[in-house]
Amino acid sequence: MTNKLTKIIGLVLALQLVGCASLGVKPWERDILAKKEMALDAEGIDLGLDDHIYFSKEATSGGRAFAGGGCGCN
Amino acid sequence: MQLTKSKNVTAALATATCALLGVTPTVDAQESVWEMDTALLYYGETDRVTAVEGVFAAKKDFGDEHIFSAKLVLDTLTGASATGAVPQESVQTFTRPSGNGQYQINASDTPLDDTFKDTRVQLEGQWTQPLWQDYKVSSGLHLSKEYDYLSLAVNGSLAKDFNQKNTTVSAGVSLAFDTIDPEGGRPVAFSQMVIDQGQFANEEAYRTAFGETRQSGSDDKTIVDLLFGVTQVISRKMLMQFNYGYSVSEGYHTDPFKVLSVVNEQGQTQSLLYENRPDKRARHSVYWQTKYASSLGVSDVSYRFATDDWDINSHTIDTRFRINLSNNTYIQPHFRYYQQSAADLYRPFLMEGNELPKHASADYRLGEMTAYTLGFKYGMTMASGNELAFRLEYYQQNPKNSGVTAPGILQQQNLYPSLNAIIAQVSYSF
Repeated sequence: MTNKLTKIIGLVLALQLVGCASLGVKPWERDILAKKEMALDAEGIDLGLDDHIYFSKEATSGGRAFAGGGCGCN
Repeated sequence: MQLTKSKNVTAALATATCALLGVTPTVDAQESVWEMDTALLYYGETDRVTAVEGVFAAKKDFGDEHIFSAKLVLDTLTGASATGAVPQESVQTFTRPSGNGQYQINASDTPLDDTFKDTRVQLEGQWTQPLWQDYKVSSGLHLSKEYDYLSLAVNGSLAKDFNQKNTTVSAGVSLAFDTIDPEGGRPVAFSQMVIDQGQFANEEAYRTAFGETRQSGSDDKTIVDLLFGVTQVISRKMLMQFNYGYSVSEGYHTDPFKVLSVVNEQGQTQSLLYENRPDKRARHSVYWQTKYASSLGVSDVSYRFATDDWDINSHTIDTRFRINLSNNTYIQPHFRYYQQSAADLYRPFLMEGNELPKHASADYRLGEMTAYTLGFKYGMTMASGNELAFRLEYYQQNPKNSGVTAPGILQQQNLYPSLNAIIAQVSYSF
C-alpha cells in the first residue's frame, strides 16, 4: 500500500516537473509574487514554533525543512 | 542615437522591474536595517505539559543579497508526561526517573510523571549569498541546550535558478550531533523498575538495586538529513514547492523516562520495564506546498507524506487562508490534520510469560493516532510599518488501538486517552 502510494506521488511529482518548462511569469509580472505574504516561509516564526510542538508530540518531523537534531522534548 | 535610446529603455525597464519586484537597488540595500521578529507562545495541555516559548529573530541584508539571520529561542516546560504504563483498578506506585522518591497514580488514571521541568535555549545563525550567476549558497549553525540534552547541527545548501528564476532547484545537507545525559542515568534496556515498598533493609540496599538498572555516562545520536527541493512559479498568482527529504539517525533513540507495563491474563500489572528502541532510524518524506493569491487574500496548502523503517507512515495536511480585512488588517484561519500508523515496536503493554521482543516502547507518540489543529490568527500592520499579530489554536490528539486485544481489567480502562492543548501566541515584527 505504502509502496503504491509512494509510486503514485512520485509519478505526480515527475509529471508536474516535466510541465514546469512552460510555466512561470516574466520578470515584470512578479508584482503579486513579490508580496511578503506570498513567500513560502512568510510566517517563519510561526512555522518554527509549530515544528517544535509537533516534533515533540508526533512521530514525524521535517519535510518542509530539515528534520534535524532536536531536543529531549516531552 | 539608437544605442542611447536602447540603454535608456533598459534602464527604465530595470527600474520598473525593481519597483515591481519590491527589490531595493544595491546602493540602498547596503543601507538596509535589521528586521526583527519576536514572538511569545503559550502551549498548555489539559492536566499535562505547559510550555512557554519566547523567540527573538533578526535578519539583515548586507547588500547584494548577502543575508545574515539569527534566532534565539528560550522555552520553559513544566507538568506531567505519560510514562507508557497502563491504568489499573487500584492505586499504582512508581519510582521517579531520578531514583529520588516515588509518586502515586489513582485507580483508572493514565500514569503521568509530573516531575517534568526543563528550560531550553536554542541559538541559530544562517548566512545566505549568491555564489555565481543564478546560484545561491547558504550555511548555518544550530544549538539547542537543555538540562539533560544538547543538540549541535551544521547545515549547508546550494540553489540554482532556471527559466528566468521561475524554477529553483536546491539541495541541502544537515549534520546533527545530540548528547543525552538524563537525571538518574539511562536505564538498562528492559530492566525492571525498582520500587521501594519496604522490602529493602535500608536506603543503601535500595540505592544499590536502583543503580543496577542504570548505565553510567551519557549517550549520543548523529543525524544526517538530505533535502532536495524544486520551487516553481506557476502563474502570476501561484507558486509551488516540492521537497524530498531523507534522514538517517544512529545512536540512542530510547526515551529514558518511558516504561512498559507487564500484565497477566487478568490485565493486572506485574512489573514495569524500561523501554528499548532500535539504535537506527531511516526516514523518507515528500512535501508539496502551494501558495495562491486571490482577491480575498492568500491561501497556503501543504501535504506531507513520511515513511520510515520503524514502519511509521504519516500524512499531514496543513492549510492557512489569509483573508485581508482591510489594507492593514487580516484574519487567517488555520487547519491541520495529521495521521500516523503505529511503529512496529509499539506495544501498549507486554504480556507476562511471553518472550521479550527485541525492541518495544509504549510511548503513545509511536502508536497509531490522528490529530488536528484548528485556529486563527489576526494580524495588523501599524502606521509605523511594524506588525502585531495574535494566534489562538486548539490541538487535539486521538491515539487509537492498532488491533491489540486488551486482557481482563484493561478492557475497562482507557488505554488510548485523547490529549487536548491550547496554543496562544503574540508576535511583533519591527
